[in-house]
Amino acid sequence: MSVTTLSSPALTVRQPGWIARLFDYKPFLIVMCLAPAIGLLAVFLTYPLGLGIWLAFTDTTIGRRGIYIGLENFQYLLKDPLWWNAVFYSIFYTGIATFGKFALGFWLALLLNNHFPFKSLLRAIVLLPWIVPTVLSALAFWWIYDPQFSIISYLLVDVLHWRSSNIDFLGTPWPARFSLIAANIWRGIPFVAISLLAGLQTISPSLYEAAMLDGASAWQRFRYITFPMMMPILAIVMTFSIIFTFTDFQLVYAITRGGPVNSTHLLATLAFQRGIAGGELGEGAAIAVSMIPFLVFATLFSYFGLARRKWQQGEAND
Amino acid sequence: MTDVAASPGNSNVASATPDTMAWDSRARRVMMIYLPLSCFVLILLFPFYWMAITSFKPNAELLNYKEHNPFWITSPTLAHIKHLLFNTAYPTWLKTTMFVAIGSTTLSLFASTLAAYAIERLRFRGSPYVGLGIYLAYLVPPSILFIPLATVIVQFGLFDSPMALILVYPTFLVPFCTWLLIGYFKSIPYELEECALVDGATRLQILRRITLPLAVPGLISAGIFSFTLSWNEFIYALAFIQSGANKTVPVAILTELVTGDVYQWGALMAGSLLGSLPVALFYSLFVDYYVSSLTGAVKE
Repeated sequence: MSVTTLSSPALTVRQPGWIARLFDYKPFLIVMCLAPAIGLLAVFLTYPLGLGIWLAFTDTTIGRRGIYIGLENFQYLLKDPLWWNAVFYSIFYTGIATFGKFALGFWLALLLNNHFPFKSLLRAIVLLPWIVPTVLSALAFWWIYDPQFSIISYLLVDVLHWRSSNIDFLGTPWPARFSLIAANIWRGIPFVAISLLAGLQTISPSLYEAAMLDGASAWQRFRYITFPMMMPILAIVMTFSIIFTFTDFQLVYAITRGGPVNSTHLLATLAFQRGIAGGELGEGAAIAVSMIPFLVFATLFSYFGLARRKWQQGEAND
Repeated sequence: MTDVAASPGNSNVASATPDTMAWDSRARRVMMIYLPLSCFVLILLFPFYWMAITSFKPNAELLNYKEHNPFWITSPTLAHIKHLLFNTAYPTWLKTTMFVAIGSTTLSLFASTLAAYAIERLRFRGSPYVGLGIYLAYLVPPSILFIPLATVIVQFGLFDSPMALILVYPTFLVPFCTWLLIGYFKSIPYELEECALVDGATRLQILRRITLPLAVPGLISAGIFSFTLSWNEFIYALAFIQSGANKTVPVAILTELVTGDVYQWGALMAGSLLGSLPVALFYSLFVDYYVSSLTGAVKE
């Protein structure tokens, strides 16, 4: 891996001008190259992250600098049923949506891994829900979930006659919760499917041939070859999926804005409602900060699953 | 979790061998592949179909399922799109969104190309850690950052300005692009650079004349990806922009077009359709780059 790089300055021919020489001086060049990226990330990511944690311990509101109030924000949140409700729904939403996305996405990836005509076209079409702005497809879902003119209700009531009345998708808590989860799964399937498809294509066919010779059934080939070989990529994709589902904002904000009666608030939408719309920056920041432990836990969980797999397969670090 | 290496039970399946060849029978293939695949495609595309068909329906048809088949249009109309283009600030929103997307894409490509080159090719002590740090930045979701970032934006005097979005979007674009480009730079033979070094090229000449031309596919991938991500971004644009004219398309449709209790579904869907078209077009031109960058980034 670490072959000695031939970069001794003696090899470079002297260039005229001190600027050219300065830019050929490796440490200077490294600093110059890294400066824009590191600078942007430090100012707009690392600093706000720290500032957010600091704000969570203050009573800052819009237009007024806060003072340090210790754990008061968090104590308040622990007694706040709305926060608990958001924690519950965030976990519920992440759990069900992740399960749905991966079950359906893995299935779709396996389907796409077969040979059939127009394969690349189909692969392109499948990615569309992921490409289109989430808020805009969320609006389409909002329209699909309309209490009066929902196309799903129309199908069930007027075409199939399975129900006698329209479904009230977004008017009552539980249907609203599941409607949002369905929209999230719809949006998440393409990403999972295409990433897992890439993983599937790296599995050597000779493994399957060997297993077929040994008389393994289709299920056994899936269980003992496909699944374990997919483990590393599953772990990475799942880490991403869990993090971005747990902190989801757009779908909920676009479709229900946390309603009905605050039953579909995720932590992110609650933080927005309190922090930006309500002006209580300190409290909003505390809600946002309260997401961090969940995220760290989810990341570590996936990461160690991944590390273990790599070690088992004897892969080199890449 | 699962002991893979342990015996996959090859004793009890000897009887299963003869029928493995019968798997490719046509009916079975239709049932196992084509049927579920068409269900997937149908469900994944239906919301777009519904969006498109709604935006061309006259209001009378839109809200009357008894007399008109909701899945088709009998008398298509451009009224909703006309309303959108001439009675609302939609063209301005499109322009702002385009400006923000192009600005932030350019900025992040510039920053991440240099960073990826430094990490991958100017190997220095600690470069893997810098790479890891940038990667970790990708795991910080915007939902955690938007409140403190709003105060930072106000401090910089950038509140309600598209510049704020151009400067903030790189926080999630740079990590992604850097990792994508590190992968691409890795695939370029180092010998080429060594030859150039021996010939007396400076580092910057090497980057400009040798590495970058070879990394063009990677740059395109990163570019279109950044463009799409910044076009689709929502939470920052919602939190940092207040005046109607400076809003980006996703935010504006949700906050400016949703008015009162009676939603104008035709105009809303037309707005969504028009807002999705640029990315969809862009996407259809570069599908292969998309798929490769998506899978490449995941493999990394």
